[in-house]
Amino acid sequence: MTARLLLPLLLVVVALALVPAVVTSNVALNFMVTVLLIALVGQGWNVLGGYGGQYSFGHSAFFGTGAYVTAILQVRYGVNAWLGFALGIATGALVGAAIGAVSFRSGLRGSYFALVTLAFAEVLRILASVTPITGAGVGTLIKLDLRPEALQFQSRVPFYWIILALVAISLIVARVIEASRFGAWLVAVRENESAARALGVNATLMKVSAMTISAAITAAAGCFYAQYFLFVDSGIAFGPWISVEALLAPIIGGIGTVFGPLLGALVVKMLGELAKLVAGDAPGLDLVIYGCVLILVVAFAPRGVGGVFHEFYNFVSRAWTPAPTPMRRRDG
Amino acid sequence: MADKIMRVEHVSKRFDGLLAVDDVSLDFASGSITALIGPNGAGKTTLFAIVSGFLRPNGGRVLYRGGDITGQPSHRLARMGIARTFQIVQPFADLSVHENIAIGAHLSRPARAAALAAAAEVAGLVGLGDLLERRAASLTVSGGKRLELARALAITPTLLLLDEVLAGLNPSEIRDMLPVIRAIRDRGVTIVMIEHVMQAVMSLADTVHVLAEGRLIAEGPPLSIAGNSRVIEAYLGRGAAGRLAAVGGGNG
Ligand SMILES: Nc1ncnc2c1ncn2[C@@H]1O[C@H](COP(=O)(O)OP(=O)(O)OP(=O)(O)O)[C@@H](O)[C@H]1O
Ligand SMILES: [Mg+2]
Repeated sequence: MTARLLLPLLLVVVALALVPAVVTSNVALNFMVTVLLIALVGQGWNVLGGYGGQYSFGHSAFFGTGAYVTAILQVRYGVNAWLGFALGIATGALVGAAIGAVSFRSGLRGSYFALVTLAFAEVLRILASVTPITGAGVGTLIKLDLRPEALQFQSRVPFYWIILALVAISLIVARVIEASRFGAWLVAVRENESAARALGVNATLMKVSAMTISAAITAAAGCFYAQYFLFVDSGIAFGPWISVEALLAPIIGGIGTVFGPLLGALVVKMLGELAKLVAGDAPGLDLVIYGCVLILVVAFAPRGVGGVFHEFYNFVSRAWTPAPTPMRRRDG
Repeated sequence: MADKIMRVEHVSKRFDGLLAVDDVSLDFASGSITALIGPNGAGKTTLFAIVSGFLRPNGGRVLYRGGDITGQPSHRLARMGIARTFQIVQPFADLSVHENIAIGAHLSRPARAAALAAAAEVAGLVGLGDLLERRAASLTVSGGKRLELARALAITPTLLLLDEVLAGLNPSEIRDMLPVIRAIRDRGVTIVMIEHVMQAVMSLADTVHVLAEGRLIAEGPPLSIAGNSRVIEAYLGRGAAGRLAAVGGGNG
């Protein structure tokens, strides 16, 4: 891991860290927290879907696990919120490893894998809506306790720092994966599983590992959600909304790239706000807009908004360079 | 002859009603080049798939360096030194040539830099040195075949299984590849090649095995195979050897 690879990441995080200094309105800060929350969920999805090529439709399974574990441990067992947060992430990772092991060992691929993840998430949602420990249909309310020890704060700013720190970690994780043998092998499995296996890559292990990391990141977003809103119910935790946003952000921003999910989350959330502005709170309108954007991206910019920027940058820099230079020269 | 690196014992493979490989027994001598030939659909690729862990045989067993490896997963066999190429090339399409080869090189080199350096070296060996940054999907037929070979070589195999790496190449490209394959053998790698290009079989192979309709019908040095009447009939149809001999006799 060289400094050169981490520098862009540092710049982006520093720029985001300056936001609370500039933005003071609660509404705007709230918006940015939501963007970062979706960026985190999206980065989780991206580790498995972007680098590993395994498209999950059920990442809410991990988000919900994180949210419920954080909430239930505090409310029912008196566990400290910070510890609950960590255990929520760990449980999410375990659920990811388990679902991954079951699906990938039985050879599920493509749309079958997608449907099975969706099924797992739905089963969890239904279970959470009837079991007493989750508060069933009523949900679980975390008691107001505005102390840092309880991971609750008077102002939104500390929450912003926390979600930004989580996003920063997720960016580093993605970058480290990209620069490692694990990442190279994971991408190889995405590109051609048979070829990867013939070269000694344990494809199942790569996919299960990716799903575990992916689930941990997405669960962290769920833990944060519970702590930020102090309320979880089955629809929020395990509902399809979060599964959809988890895949929308990276696909729109640039799938299989470090910054794709962050960029995509920003675009998705801005469009969502725009939709509210134009049409008020018409139910489902945001989904219609997301669908349209998704179609446009898939049809015209398969590498996402980030890819469009990248091509534009290449175009401009080429226009500025007098003579084209070959990508690489080798002697002899 | 030197010791056998691999021994195939009474291996059979059935696809639904079709017996693709039928009680085949053969072995490969360490450090040699063995050719596996036979008409289309003879079961050659299926046999490769079995000994490289991609298919489980219905019967028989495969021994590698004395140990039974029947039914072991392909990635484990690759780690034991068995590399294969694919008849229908299987590139990591969206990755560069360099990255494609590095995937294999990573097997013994965890560090990115080391794997990429080794990959560049292997690329030079097979004549891909100038195409490192090319997207694998954009390679020509010959480039794709070289990439198959390079990736397999990158895992530093002990046994290299080449499935028609010369198919689709023009005569001059074939001439370029022959010394490459010979050089790999000279570095101590045992090679088994499925090949339809007879010129290559004749000039490279120490031993030839002939498969037809799943059965092993002949084996021996290349020259003995070229005149074998069962082999000629397998390729050209029943009675062909006799007709050829008659035609030859009439003209002579
Ligand atoms: N996965 C499969 N399912 C069903 N039948 C198969 C399968 N793979 C191969 N076959 C059949 O098994 C037989 C042997 O095929 P194989 O590919 O091994 O032949 P081959 O000797 O490599 O031929 P070629 O020279 O054309 O490559 C063929 O009849 C083929 O159609
Ligand atoms: Mg074949």
